[in-house]
Amino acid sequence: MSDTISFVLFSGTDDKLQAAAVMTAGAAALGKRVNIFLQYWALDAFRRDRIDADHGLSPEAGPAGRAAVDALRAAGQASWKETLGQAKELGDVDIQACSLSMDLLHLEESDLDPIVDGVEGVTAFFLAAEDGEVVFI
Amino acid sequence: MTEAVTPTATRTIDARGSFCPGPLMELIRGIKEGQVGDVIAVLSADKGSKTDIPKWVEKAGHRLIGVFTRDGYDEIVVEKMK
Repeated sequence: MSDTISFVLFSGTDDKLQAAAVMTAGAAALGKRVNIFLQYWALDAFRRDRIDADHGLSPEAGPAGRAAVDALRAAGQASWKETLGQAKELGDVDIQACSLSMDLLHLEESDLDPIVDGVEGVTAFFLAAEDGEVVFI
Repeated sequence: MTEAVTPTATRTIDARGSFCPGPLMELIRGIKEGQVGDVIAVLSADKGSKTDIPKWVEKAGHRLIGVFTRDGYDEIVVEKMK
């Protein structure tokens, strides 16, 4: 079992980001190094001015899914941002923005929430991923 | 099990408002802050925690004292070993 796991976050809806945050926290709890690489709409969700906004759900969620997600949140489920923050506090989690997606969205590093550690290209991401699994969400 | 057999916890973490993996995250924080020999009780109403926390405890090298079913929640008691 590799000591490193890497998540490429592409989708920017709250359900997929929540799932990714829970996976990150679990891996970090086991002492794995976790790399997160933010592309496209996931990167957009990490903008300083929007990270706490409603980012919607995947199309398959439907109205019943929306109601279920809202009910869990109302019952006190931590947001994906809070869960990622906990994972960073307890383990070795590095969150990087994809430089190409930064250009696509016309973003500067100062536009991103401070939970993001930096900006890098895809080669740097794969170097950090070493021989561990890469999961695309 | 009854209250009488529960070991005395050094610290109780009430994570009943948290969902997976919140109770485990709170336990890890408690273990990091504590001393070797501390007995930490985590209260959790989350279904995943009573399976995940014992597995994490084994992997991390601490000691699981027990998982006690309470009224509507579980009490998971762990001794910090290192």
